[in-house]
Amino acid sequence: MEELRHTSREYEKELQEIRDGLLYLGAKAEKALEMVMQALVGRDANLARQIISADDEIDRLDIDLEEKCIRILALRQPAAIDLRFITTAIKITGHLERIGDMVVNMAEKVIILNDFPQLKPYIDLPRMGEISREMIRNSLDAMVHQDAKLAVKVCEEDAVMDQLNEQIFRELVTFMLEDPVKIQVCLYIMQISKSLERIADHAEGIADMVVYMVTGRIIRHQSVQAKDT
Amino acid sequence: MKNQPIITTKNVNFYYGAFQALTDITMDFERNRVTALIGPSGCGKSTLLRLLNRMNDLIDQTRVEGEVLFEGRNIYEPDVDPVEIRKRIGMVFQKPNPFPKSIYNNITYAPRLAGIKSKESLDALVEDSLKQAVLWDEVKDILGRSAMTLSGGQQQRLCIARALAMKPDVLLMDEPTSALDPISTAKIEELVDELKESYTIIIVTHNMQQAARVSEYTGFFYLGKLIEFGLTEKIFTNPDIKQTEDYITGRFG
Amino acid sequence: MNEQSLMKRRYLKQRAFFLIVRLSALVITLALVGILFFLFYNGLGAISWDFLTLPPTDSMTKGGIMPAIVGTFYLTIGAIIVALPLGVASAIYLTEYAKQGKLIRVIRVAVNCLAGVPSVVFGLFGLGFFVVFLRFGSSILSGALTLGILILPTIIGASEEALKAVPQTFREASLALGVSKWATISRIVIPSAVPGILTGSILGIGRAAGETAPIMFTAAAFFTAVLPKSVFNEVMALPYHIYVLATAGTHIEQTRPIQYGTALVLIALVLGIDLVAIVIRSVIRRKKRW
Repeated sequence: MEELRHTSREYEKELQEIRDGLLYLGAKAEKALEMVMQALVGRDANLARQIISADDEIDRLDIDLEEKCIRILALRQPAAIDLRFITTAIKITGHLERIGDMVVNMAEKVIILNDFPQLKPYIDLPRMGEISREMIRNSLDAMVHQDAKLAVKVCEEDAVMDQLNEQIFRELVTFMLEDPVKIQVCLYIMQISKSLERIADHAEGIADMVVYMVTGRIIRHQSVQAKDT
Repeated sequence: MKNQPIITTKNVNFYYGAFQALTDITMDFERNRVTALIGPSGCGKSTLLRLLNRMNDLIDQTRVEGEVLFEGRNIYEPDVDPVEIRKRIGMVFQKPNPFPKSIYNNITYAPRLAGIKSKESLDALVEDSLKQAVLWDEVKDILGRSAMTLSGGQQQRLCIARALAMKPDVLLMDEPTSALDPISTAKIEELVDELKESYTIIIVTHNMQQAARVSEYTGFFYLGKLIEFGLTEKIFTNPDIKQTEDYITGRFG
Repeated sequence: MNEQSLMKRRYLKQRAFFLIVRLSALVITLALVGILFFLFYNGLGAISWDFLTLPPTDSMTKGGIMPAIVGTFYLTIGAIIVALPLGVASAIYLTEYAKQGKLIRVIRVAVNCLAGVPSVVFGLFGLGFFVVFLRFGSSILSGALTLGILILPTIIGASEEALKAVPQTFREASLALGVSKWATISRIVIPSAVPGILTGSILGIGRAAGETAPIMFTAAAFFTAVLPKSVFNEVMALPYHIYVLATAGTHIEQTRPIQYGTALVLIALVLGIDLVAIVIRSVIRRKKRW
């Protein structure tokens, strides 16, 4: 991460553990997201159930990481980049855990949707899944490489996600207007879309924290244009 | 909110014989603020501190270049009396160094020589200074006892009281807590916080957390150069310079 | 060679070394005890109230040594009065004021040379300078000045050490309060150095009281029955009195007890003055502990 290592090797090791833990948790969340999209498209209720039970591990990893961070805050009194990294890590792990929860929500809807006939082939939802997965991956890459530019790019993609969500919403509204019987299915799909949009928001939150970690600027609640300065 | 600088150094170089201990130091010390000077041993921070009240005069074969302005006046002008400067700029040292005199006489020693003779004014001065140094309650009944019988932390607060008795404008502190236990350290730090209401404080410390706790401004020195100088909050959360960051986070090359 | 025998050898070596060191200490102690015993054994018989309070009579074969006691006392105190301020002042200059450099080294060498000069040379210098040139005559003044110069190096050396031993932090603390250098030295440094300076004085007193050669030409009278009235009077002195009785009299054997008695008194006097200084020193030390 940087050329100079810590004078305390134990401290260096602890920081590395947190970095590794975040990446592992990120990979888990991303994998869960990938699987839930598969379950959705493939109408696979079993897979969806697996995903739901796998969330326990994500919760456990989240708590474990947070405890490690608190321990470093208490024992090492980190400053500057280390301080920013630890505060960032605490927030990232929270975001990743929430992503895991969103995935669980989606999996539950997938199971319910299987009781209904398929409304139409999914096109935009898998795209949203892809984009949000890429956002998660890029935001974590940005953290590892301390790349604020890449992080800002993640934030920009969130706009695409909002658009897609909006588009799906309008599409589903037309379905519902056409045939009230489909309203229930549409609402479930809408919730899935909303979950994906929320996942993207969390990915953006991660990216915001990476920008803070690298530059010291807190850019949350700013427009994308303002972030990229 | 920026205060007026009380001391300003302009392109100061300092030499011990042929060795250049400070290179091109330019900085403002704001009035009624605590400025911390940090950096590894031998980085020049203590040297700079001792330049500000001309304590380095005591060492043979030293040379100063540039200007040290105290209230706008260069204290290294030939017609400036260092004794007068030191009356205005007090100093507290690394190790508590009370005189082998009574507590009372430790405080009245310098004011007496400066011409305060009356018993009442001296008594008042002793009480005032000890109260300011938050030592009064502990020693008010044993003022006649030798200062050497006090604990290390009390001795250091006595040294602060002794410096305050001269009613200086600036208080220089050279690692004032490095010889003290955590509780005494905390008391001194709290004291620093109170004293900045009336004094400008410049503190050299090896304890970075201490710099973070007590100061508004921090200057980081490395190899005789001022690497970074700015708001303490900024230095400790997001320094501009990589060397500062490495030092603050404990990555020593 | 195995470990055990090596250890044994080391142990024996250590024992042998300790033995040598112990023996050396023993020899010195024995010598001191021997001298004191010898003096007491031979001299104690001569000591009486009259011996201490009366002048010598019958060509110094009888009577007391009171003028010599008084004379040595005056000369010693005089020497201290001369040497102490001068010595302390020089030491202050050397340690506190002078910039360390060539001049200081020259002065130090000079002081050390002065310490190595034989005492008879001081006597001759005193005779030439104080007695003849300054016309002080053979007097307490000339003798005290000569003895003063003699003990100057001792006092300078001890004072320098004492001043250097004062923690630098005291000086810094005082100077940092805006106290001038001279006030710092006079109020802080010197008071702290007094015990060490007194040690130097003690050594000086011992030397001044015991020297014969420097006062032989400058102060000491062969015989005066009267006590000195001013610093320009000659005086008898204990060491010189011993010297005279033991070498120049016609009744050398007859006056042996008086000689030993005088020597005993001289030692007692020196120890007495030392004791006063030691008491003063320990009182001050107890007050100023750091």
